[in-house]
Amino acid sequence: MTKKRVHQQPTVWQTYLSRIVNFIAFLYIKGGVLPWFLILAVVGFSFSSEYFLTQANLRGISMHATYLVLVAMAQMLVMLTAGLDLSVGVMIAMTSVASSLTMGAMWSGHGSGWESILIGCVVGLGACASIGLVNGIGVAWFKVPAFIMTLGMSSVVLGLALSLTGGIPIYGMPPNFTNIFGYGGWAGIPVPILVTIPCIGLMYVFLNWTRIGRYIYAIGGNLRAAQLSGINTKLCIVIAYTTAALFTGIAALLITARLDTGESNLGVSYPLLSIAACAIGGVSLQGGVGKLHNVVLGAIFIILIQNGMNLMRINSYYQMVAIGSLLIISIMAENFRQRLVLTYKNKAGSNV
Amino acid sequence: MKITSPHSQAHLDEQIHVRNAKPLIHLQGVSKDYFGSTVLHQLDFDIYAGEVHALFGENGAGKSTLLKMITGDIQPSSGDILINDERVKIASVHHAKELGISAVFQEYTLVPQLTVEENLFLGSNLSSGIFLQKTKLRQWAKKTLERLEFDLEPNQLVMHLSHAQQRMVEIAKAFHSKPAIMILDEPTAALSGRETKQLFAMIDVLKNEGIGVVYVSHRTSEIFRLSDRVSVLQDGHLVCTHTTSDIDEDQLIELAFGHRFDSFFPTIKANTGKQLLNISHLSISNSLVQDVSLTVNAGEIVGLTGLAGSGAADIARACFGLNQIKSGVITYLDDQVYNKDLGINHLTPRAMLDRGMLYLPADRRSEGLIMDHNIRQNISLPSLSLPKFSTGFWVRRKGENHVMESVSRRLKINQLSIENVLNHLSGGTQQKVMLAKGFVRDVQLFILDEPTIGVDIGTRAEIYRLMQEFCDAGASILLISSDLSEVANIVHRVYIVDRGELLAEIPHKNISEATLSHYLDKREAPLS
Repeated sequence: MTKKRVHQQPTVWQTYLSRIVNFIAFLYIKGGVLPWFLILAVVGFSFSSEYFLTQANLRGISMHATYLVLVAMAQMLVMLTAGLDLSVGVMIAMTSVASSLTMGAMWSGHGSGWESILIGCVVGLGACASIGLVNGIGVAWFKVPAFIMTLGMSSVVLGLALSLTGGIPIYGMPPNFTNIFGYGGWAGIPVPILVTIPCIGLMYVFLNWTRIGRYIYAIGGNLRAAQLSGINTKLCIVIAYTTAALFTGIAALLITARLDTGESNLGVSYPLLSIAACAIGGVSLQGGVGKLHNVVLGAIFIILIQNGMNLMRINSYYQMVAIGSLLIISIMAENFRQRLVLTYKNKAGSNV
Repeated sequence: MKITSPHSQAHLDEQIHVRNAKPLIHLQGVSKDYFGSTVLHQLDFDIYAGEVHALFGENGAGKSTLLKMITGDIQPSSGDILINDERVKIASVHHAKELGISAVFQEYTLVPQLTVEENLFLGSNLSSGIFLQKTKLRQWAKKTLERLEFDLEPNQLVMHLSHAQQRMVEIAKAFHSKPAIMILDEPTAALSGRETKQLFAMIDVLKNEGIGVVYVSHRTSEIFRLSDRVSVLQDGHLVCTHTTSDIDEDQLIELAFGHRFDSFFPTIKANTGKQLLNISHLSISNSLVQDVSLTVNAGEIVGLTGLAGSGAADIARACFGLNQIKSGVITYLDDQVYNKDLGINHLTPRAMLDRGMLYLPADRRSEGLIMDHNIRQNISLPSLSLPKFSTGFWVRRKGENHVMESVSRRLKINQLSIENVLNHLSGGTQQKVMLAKGFVRDVQLFILDEPTIGVDIGTRAEIYRLMQEFCDAGASILLISSDLSEVANIVHRVYIVDRGELLAEIPHKNISEATLSHYLDKREAPLS
């Protein structure tokens, strides 16, 4: 090169500025976009509504978040295998219908009705798990792309649920079901939260401390490598879909209890919301990458946004616009983060 | 700007002999760094009109990097590229094409769903407005194919062509844009003898038209048949550039591979024991492999070598349950694991892993490793069912960490970097991680498919050291490799595979690079 680079001494301000920029970039690379979203949302909403940070509202948020947390965990399990579950919505509908029909048919109208509640829940979870099982078998054995399999099943299951109910809400469940699982609480903590926290623990243990959990990550990370490592990939995929369906089923039962009716049009928004929670929580759409605590935070974040917008009296149509945009922005931010990771690695030179 | 080549024979002859003529392209002291490691060191390279300039060197010597630089796929980290004494920056493959540089690479770059003619003109501007000129395309395609004497129909779908025919289409594609420089990277790898002859005739045509040809080949015979000059690369350094007629074959091999055998390859002692693997009369579906029989004994390294597409890898993959077998019997550890007549088929990765076989694929990114996961997770994956890693259902993290301590010591990597995600590590480290899968379980037979492909010289030495360790511990290795110097210096016995058939078995005392290349050359490139 004949042209020499002119080297200018940076001013003190420029050095400080570049240090701050580097620090922010570092935090962003480490933590991803979610912490920033959360901070922005909390700060923004607490300024715009004095009600936002009250105990009652926070309790409401966590209460509402439980359903989405459960479904998002299910979605995450499927996404880790490089799949996608678009049928979580109709699973909720089917579970609701199946359990409420069973309870309504079994309950005599007096007494506590515990027996019918138990059997209703088992039937509901069974129905949900079998949908997951069919999804898993279709994806693993018959090589139907997860997207198509669960999309097709959405139509199949919704049709069945509608034909079971004729589209009419189902009443007649034992009051205990609603009173306890919908509105009950212990020491001031609502029952849905009491149910969800152990579920998070179970999922954490399942993903991180069991062989199947490790295999699920491996399958999503590289299916061929997993096969060459002697893993029964088909079985693991079926287990993932079925377990995911069980978690969705638990959410469905809690929602049914809260509403006190069985409805075939429940859960329509859950496919989008659960995928958004996972995407914001950094679960890779290619599979194999994702942390549970981030997904839980992602789900809470979405509910937080919805709540904040409700408090600001933002019309629900605009809320749809906001949630969809957030999903897309989070993916763009994640791609940008990957690029940053690479440039910083290059700057630092290769270690090891 | 376009590289101009003078199209007159008299002028050309003069140019070749009088070196003060201007080269078509001149690379001046170019280097390339990847992630802090240098893969090309200050290299000078030039091409004159109407000459064939051969590039010779082993895998990983830097040939592909150099070619990528000329074709604009990558840019040099330092140094200059001169065209007509002007410094240029070749920004992209498209830009290189505009400058008159065309290339045929080893990888296939055709769109299988399109016809031959559509592929030929893909990316070139032969449309009037938004419409393609179909009849004109047909004529041009016919003319190009006729000129090259290629026996192809322009309207055939590429997906219905054989590998050799596809290669011909690629050559025709590079040729029809009338380049000033044409790069041929192992063009004969999948061609038959007759097709090879056609190709050589075509290269002579190119020379006469004043095109500068860069010719990369592993086969010395081709280099001496075709080239005017030859440049030898080793580990990213240019060893020398010679006029081909000034040197002979032995000198060329010495230049490319010499001075390294003693220090570089470890001497691995064979403590041959009883028979471990016996393949008899194996034929594989969807593969060339026909009626192959071979044995591997305990404690020895057996080579399985052949040129790309010979089917050597298919044989090994079949033993691990990755290929459907048509017929044959496979015996492992005195146990029949495959016998169609008796209805025995134990060939699945799980079953063979449990019997002590470990296959490590050639393509670590697509089959061998999970790039988004860390070293620990990758190494323990095939062995998670072992008691030291899990109690059936639960993973023992303590046991896993304990095992990883010794793994990191053996791999000579930092204990902390065990938790590093593979994507951020060098190719060499990734390759070692794949081999380390064999540390944590009992393996009697390693099947290593091209274990040193695309890794730097230091890692190669370490991989050979690991192979030595495996062998000293009593394991056997079936090494699939097309790198002749590696095969010649590492293995105790070698089978040569050619187009799915076993060509020869060479005992230890007769193995040398010369004998190996003799076998492969004789079959693959029947030269006039």
